[in-house]
Amino acid sequence: MWTRDQQAARAAKELQDGFYVNLGIGMPTLVANFIPEGVDVTLQSENGMLGMGPFPFAGEEDPDLINAGKQTITELDRTSYFSSADSFAMIRGGHIDLSILGAMEVADNGDIANWMIPGKMVKGMGGAMDLVAGVKKIIVLMEHNAKDGSAKFKTACTLPLTGKGVVDMVISELAVLARPAKGAPFKLIELAPGIDLDILKVRTEGHFEA
Amino acid sequence: MANKLYPDAKAALDGLLFDGMTIMSGGFGLCGIPEKLIAALRDAGVKDLTVISNNAGVDGFGLGQLLETRQIAKMISSYVGENKEFERQYLAGELQLEFNPQGTLAERIRAGGAGIPGFYTKTGVGTLVAEGKEHKDFATASGTETYILETGLVADVSIVKAWKADPYGNLIFRKTSRNFNPMMATAGKVTVVEVEELVPAGTFDPDHIHTPGVFVQRLFVGRDYEKRIEQRTVRQREPA
Repeated sequence: MWTRDQQAARAAKELQDGFYVNLGIGMPTLVANFIPEGVDVTLQSENGMLGMGPFPFAGEEDPDLINAGKQTITELDRTSYFSSADSFAMIRGGHIDLSILGAMEVADNGDIANWMIPGKMVKGMGGAMDLVAGVKKIIVLMEHNAKDGSAKFKTACTLPLTGKGVVDMVISELAVLARPAKGAPFKLIELAPGIDLDILKVRTEGHFEA
Repeated sequence: MANKLYPDAKAALDGLLFDGMTIMSGGFGLCGIPEKLIAALRDAGVKDLTVISNNAGVDGFGLGQLLETRQIAKMISSYVGENKEFERQYLAGELQLEFNPQGTLAERIRAGGAGIPGFYTKTGVGTLVAEGKEHKDFATASGTETYILETGLVADVSIVKAWKADPYGNLIFRKTSRNFNPMMATAGKVTVVEVEELVPAGTFDPDHIHTPGVFVQRLFVGRDYEKRIEQRTVRQREPA
């Protein structure tokens, strides 16, 4: 089984040299710590920045410089700033290569639900619907099962969707499931150490090719 | 030159406010919000507002101040997670809420300001956001894809925060505090801007102006910006 850091490191292996990448809030943010040596990626922040740098040193925080998680960050020599309209032109227009997001549910047809639980206070979808609709490749980084033990990779999402048929790859602490194209079935790519196919099948509801 | 300069937020809003009006308010989180104009709206007591803003501030700061005074009847936003008073009013049925995907919200404002009444987007297709909206198929590079119609947004007044302005209302924004401010400046029937610094005419390189002065009707210099930070994240220096 992979730890959260190992899961993030596994996702980082999907980064390719020259990629423009948007990382979601939470576990996906950790991916930035594992960018492989020799792979140069530019991180996009959907509030209006390309070329996101690390957190500032204490005392150097700038309230005018935050990421989409509202965290203080820094700029790099490649950084550019732009409006939120230009930012989503990049996202919706297919100019961003990869987005790594969290999810509450993913279905085996690529549907994703990650913004709303009916009956609970809804905070909003933020940029998630635009990202899944527009970014070239969508990787979901999530725990394999919910707190009640139910599978999060399902035959169909039960929660309101964020996007339909948009997910390309799921990386959980147990395995990597991926498909070569939208519309294709998911296939088992890799098992985490100590996990075999039988364990994975017991803990998974959605269909995948072994 | 028409005088766009006003002494303060109260003067800059004088004669523009009425109950039931629609206001666009710039900013992402607390970054780049028009602090002084929001405070002036609170002091003016104008109510039943529809406020178009990506977020709703936090308790006691930003648009959170207008929620505390019950001046807001409806919010059009993409994410409102940082505000307990918002949650309380919403769950009590006292506050209407329309969620828009962030990029759709940004584009609706851009479109409204550009005289475009509607546009098609694939964001939200197959989700709750698409319900009741016109669907249309378009041939694209990756085959036929379904899009939904979204409408442009305009406001009675847009309140905007920029870094610097000249007396003509040309604006320059700073870092990620730009966010929704430039589009909102284009989409207000009247756009009121607060800045940290007013520079003499001719100071800006015309190639570096972010928002041309045609979009700005009123302007003032704000003092003592609080610029609250929502998530202060830092890293440790490597030991020498």
